This record gives sequence, structure tokens and C-alpha cells, in this order.
Amino acid sequence: MAKSIATIPFTGTPTQEQELRAVIDALREDPGCLMPIMQKAQEIYGYLPIEVQQIIATELNIPLEKVFGVATFYAQFTMSPKGKYRISVCLGTACYVKGSGVVMEKLEEALGIKGGEITQDGKFSLDDCRCVGACGLAPVVTINDDVYGRLAGKPEEIQEILAKYAD
Amino acid sequence: MSDMINVKINGFAVQVPKGSTILEAARAAGVTIPTLCYLKEINAIGACRICMVEAAEMRGPNLGPARMVAACVYPVTEGMEVQTASPKVLDSRRKTVQLILSNHDMKCLSCVRSKNCELQKLANDLGITDADFYAGSKSESAIDDSAVHMIRDNNKCILCRRCVAACAVTQGIGVIGANERGFITNIGSQFNKGLGETACVSCGQCIAVCPTGALTEKDFTDDVFAAIADPTKHVVVQTAPSVRAGLGECFGNPIGTNVEGKMVAALRRLGFDVVTDTNYGADLTIMEEGNELLERVTKGGVLPMITSCSPGWVKFCEHYFPDMIPNLSTCKSPQQMQGAIIKTYYAEKMGWDPKDIVSVSIMPCTAKKFECGRDDQSASGYPDVDIALTTRELGRMIDRAGIDFNVLPEEKFDDPLGIYTGGGLIFGATGGVMEAALRFAVEKISGEKLAADKVEFTDVRGVEGMKEATYTVGDLTVKVAVVSGLANARKLMEKVQAGEADYTFIEVMACPGGCVNGGGQPIQPASVRNFVDLRELRAKALYSADAAMDLRKSQDNPAIQTLYKEFLGEPGSHKAHEILHTSYVARKV
Repeated sequence: MAKSIATIPFTGTPTQEQELRAVIDALREDPGCLMPIMQKAQEIYGYLPIEVQQIIATELNIPLEKVFGVATFYAQFTMSPKGKYRISVCLGTACYVKGSGVVMEKLEEALGIKGGEITQDGKFSLDDCRCVGACGLAPVVTINDDVYGRLAGKPEEIQEILAKYAD
Repeated sequence: MSDMINVKINGFAVQVPKGSTILEAARAAGVTIPTLCYLKEINAIGACRICMVEAAEMRGPNLGPARMVAACVYPVTEGMEVQTASPKVLDSRRKTVQLILSNHDMKCLSCVRSKNCELQKLANDLGITDADFYAGSKSESAIDDSAVHMIRDNNKCILCRRCVAACAVTQGIGVIGANERGFITNIGSQFNKGLGETACVSCGQCIAVCPTGALTEKDFTDDVFAAIADPTKHVVVQTAPSVRAGLGECFGNPIGTNVEGKMVAALRRLGFDVVTDTNYGADLTIMEEGNELLERVTKGGVLPMITSCSPGWVKFCEHYFPDMIPNLSTCKSPQQMQGAIIKTYYAEKMGWDPKDIVSVSIMPCTAKKFECGRDDQSASGYPDVDIALTTRELGRMIDRAGIDFNVLPEEKFDDPLGIYTGGGLIFGATGGVMEAALRFAVEKISGEKLAADKVEFTDVRGVEGMKEATYTVGDLTVKVAVVSGLANARKLMEKVQAGEADYTFIEVMACPGGCVNGGGQPIQPASVRNFVDLRELRAKALYSADAAMDLRKSQDNPAIQTLYKEFLGEPGSHKAHEILHTSYVARKV
């Protein structure tokens, strides 16, 4: 699946930009500095929106497409910010055979977004992950540090769980 | 140690220079190894695995086991034995092509590259009878037609990355690249934007290197057929210098055949009302640009002055070097000058209303499609050029109309807009505009006629990407530079901006080798490009025709002299400025 690109407005601060430019200045002479810079940029902003990629491209004097190509190639890079509540659905083998695919679909339906995306209000982001080490509870969903297990065939429970994060 | 290496290709011994690839060694042995992603000087990534061969190398005193390697990038070693068409090799190639076909739309019947497609030829050559061997899901891509000059159809893309390399390496631009990974890898632009929304300069070098029909120019041939069929329209055509040096390739002529006479005959038979030559417009460009240069030199204008004939270069300058816009000559390109004169002077002469004229150009160029739609290019109040076709589109029109090109008689352009000198003709090769300008400027500055054996300025000729020369005329020293290929242009502009170069005049052509190698010229497959220099062969057609001409200096063109007498006044006159000059805009990256 192609990487989703955030449609919510960019809210980067001058402090973040300052931090990013300092990172670029420190690394720009190193051969192969693009990925380390992108990793740091993602640490600073939480994701790599076009505004951030453009700064990197301009500063390194390389085409924006080159940055974007790397951002879309590696799974570690995301172009969608994470929500206040980060939902991860385990699609590892055990969870998957126990029906986590259906859980994912239900969550997508309930939130109106696809995996890799964030709700317009910035509250929930939805991702899949591979094995959280709780196979005995399969299928498993984590929301920030909370773990929810044995969700197979309980669509109503998903609504109840989401309701806990109303604030 | 010898600089030559002994290898055996299919059992036959051959000696090749050290550092040669297996592909080159095989060529020396008269064996062609098929390639797909490899393109000499542009793309050598060994990715497609079509050129796989079995190679056994010496291990101590003995020959080691044969291994499958990519011939395009694998260097030969002393004593190596290569099999280029063993059953194992052929089987590997066939599987690779079948895998490529498993994610290809295979709509050859409606593909403009059919019969000129490297993938199609490979499938045929390898005897692939089952194109659906690896049937499975296919990735479906939307067609990108956002750019004015071209279309990307990734359903035909084989991810060879030749276009990516042409854009990033040859042209130093890089607005296209590989996005995503695995099965959904696709060639596209940043944030999945359409090419028309990027800082693409429309040069079309990506099209020229595409092995399949994934990249094509926007085809306007039907519009031209319709205009010709419209009895209320006067359809006037012009052909750029390089078209005559390339068009013959569409009809099986050797590369570098000058087909001017047959081309004119074909245009008449297609039904164009008037057949003119952009060479006339090129001669006119020299008058205006030469005059502008002398004015800038004598009156302290912005120097170096840089040519503005190449619309790919002009757009590149606007996007990437907006600070250099004042250095660009304000002269329209020969295409636009020719169009402007067709709809003003010529229309007046013929008693035609410019609104009834359809001005068509045949260009070796895709950026001309962008240029004719630019602002400030409508001298008569109507666009100077309405439709710009590539050499390839003209080839297709001739085929579609059932004209047997090779048996046509040789005909001449219509007067007076078909009269030209050697100066206008050589515009098609890198250094040509510079040489024509020197033929003008030296005579103008010295006030003396340039002798017939002094008109050739060979320092600025040749396919090298960057050339420079210094000329002293009277007490004036003129330092000039000639670059082609935008990566070279970028380097030169950075030097100029840094104050490290003190040129008076610079010629820039967007395409490597100039217009003869333009993005609109007939496409030659990698099997030709890897071993033949298209730039050199096509340029030769222009230079030898120039050498055979009586009139070789633009200022000697009698039709241009009449144009100034009857219509424009002097070069650089107010009227000339209104009709033949233009302006530029800074654009975003």
C-alpha cells in the first residue's frame, strides 16, 4: 500500500525548524547524510511533511523528489503525523490468524481513515504493527501504552474502547 | 602489464581494452547482448537482468565455474570465457521478460512505440510465445497528462530508470524518481504531483531514453490534419534545422542522412499551404541577437549575454537561476520569430488576416510545445506558433497519410521564408548558434567582409558538453562558452554566479549535443545508442550541408535583408522589438 501523506495542516514551530537546520548543518558534509538527517527530522517533527522535506532538499541542494523517494521507500519514515492516541493493530501471524485483519477494518470504519493515516482532528492515528509479544491475547490492539486483547468477533467492544479516549 | 585483455566470447577469442565490460567485449566480437536498463553514459545500474551472461573467470591457473553476471556492468578479466546465448542464459532472459510482462499492460496495438519498443523487440527476439506466463495482479496507474508537452503512462513502465537518470544526471534536474517500493514502486514526482506541477523544463530527454511507450510527447497530429482540411485556414509550416537531420531515421535511412528535399516534398503532399524553413528564422535570430550582443558590449549592458533559442534552457533558467534572467537574450527563439514573421510580414504580403493562419512548426523538441504557449509570444495578436509538432509526429503524419517518403522527389522550400544561409542551418548542433553569431559579429565589429575560408569557427564545434574559446577582433576580446546538457549548464551558471568566469557570450542548449539530439527526435534504441554517437552523426549532416553552401553568414541572407528593408527597418528597431523580442518570468523550483 502506498504511503499516506498527511492532509492536516503543518504546525511546525520556529524552534523545531531551528533544531532541524542545526542537524543539517552538523551532518551536511557527511557522505550519505540524507537518511540520518531524515531520521532526526522525524524525531523532531514526529513525521516528514512536505514542508520538512522541502527544507532538507533545499539545504542539501538536491531535488525534493529524491527526499520523497527515500521517504516512501523505507518503512521507518512516515509522512502522516501520529495522533494524540496512537492505535496499533498487530497484524503479526498469531493475531492475523485470530482475525486482526477484521479488527483493522472495523477500526478504519469507526475512525473514517485508512491504516497509516490520522483523523482530521489529530486525535487518532491508525497503524499496523508486527507482534507486540502478547500472542496469547491475540488479536491485540495497543493505544499508546494500553493493551487490548482477545478482540476477535467483538465489534461493539471496539466502539467502547474508542469511547474511553473521548477527551 | 598489457592494457589489453584476452577473453573468449562464445568460444571466439577477442582482445579488448582493460576496463571494458562484457557487453563491450561482446560487441568487439560481433555479438550483441540485449540490454534494457543500461544506457551508455546515462544509466549503468545493472538492475534489469536482461543482459545476463555466463562468465567463467580464471582462478589461479584454472578456469573457475561459470557464473551468471550482468554484462552491462561486469568488467572483463584476463582469460575470461563468456557464453552470451547458452540455454541457461536464454532461459533466464525469457523469464525476466515474462516477469516484466506480468506487470505490463501489453497494449501494443494502440501503443505509439509499437515497432520501436525495446521490450516488444526483446519479447520477439527471445521467442516468447506466452506473454501471460506469470499471470497475476497488475499494478494500475493513472495516466499523468498534467504537463503540456508529454504523457506518462506507468502501465507501460518497466522501472528501468533510464528516464530518472536522464533527468537527474544528464540534465541535473531530478523532478522524477522512483517512489515507494516493491510491487508498488513507481516512477513519479515529489508528493505524487503531476509532472506539470513540478519544475520540469519540458526537454523530453526522458522520452528519448524510454525503452517503451511509458513516456510519449503529447500528440497534436490530428489537430494539424484538421487544420489542413479546413478550407478557411492557411496552414503554414516551418521546420527546424535538425528535423532534416533526423526525420530520415523514421523511414529507415542511416542516422545522419539529410532529407531536407524529401521532407519538403512530404509536407506539400500532406497539404500544408506554405512550407517555410525555421533556418530563415534562425538567420533572423542572428541579426537580432548579434545586434543585441554588440549593444550590450558597447553600451555596458548585462554580460555575459546568454542565448534564448532553447526553450528547455530558458525554462531551466527561470526555475533554477532566476537571478540570471537579465542575462538571457530578449530575442525570441527561431521558431517564434519565424511564426511571428509568418503572421505579420508574410500575412501582410499575402493579404491574409492572421486569425486565419494556422502556424505549425516541426521541431526536434518537446519544449517547443511549451514555448509556443508562453506569454508575450503573439506578435500579431495571435500565437506566433499554434501547434508545435516533434520530428516523430511528422514521421507519423507521413506514415498515416500513406506517403512513401523514400521515393519522394527533392523539393525546395517556398520563398521567401524558406531562404536561408549556412549560419541558420547549423543552429541545430551545439555551438552552431555561437558560430553563426561569430560569423556575424566578427564582420560587424571589424567592418570587413569575412573571407570564405575564415567563416568556420571550429573551436566551438563538437559534442563535448562544455567548450570555450577567445577571439580578438580589432581591439575587442570576446570570450565565449558553449554548453549543452543542462547539468553542464548548471555547472557553468554556478561558475558565472560565483564570479569565476568572465565570458561575453554563452550559448546554452538544453539537450546534450544540441537540437540534433533533442527530446523530439526519432528514438533510437539502446542497442544503437550504446555504440553510436547520435549527436555527432546528425550534426555532421548539418555541418556538411553548411560547408557546401554559397551563403554561410546570416547577414548575407537576401530574404532577411529584404525583410528589414520592407518591414522591420534595422536590427533592434522598435518594430523588431515588438515582433521579435520577448520577456521571461522567475518560476519556482
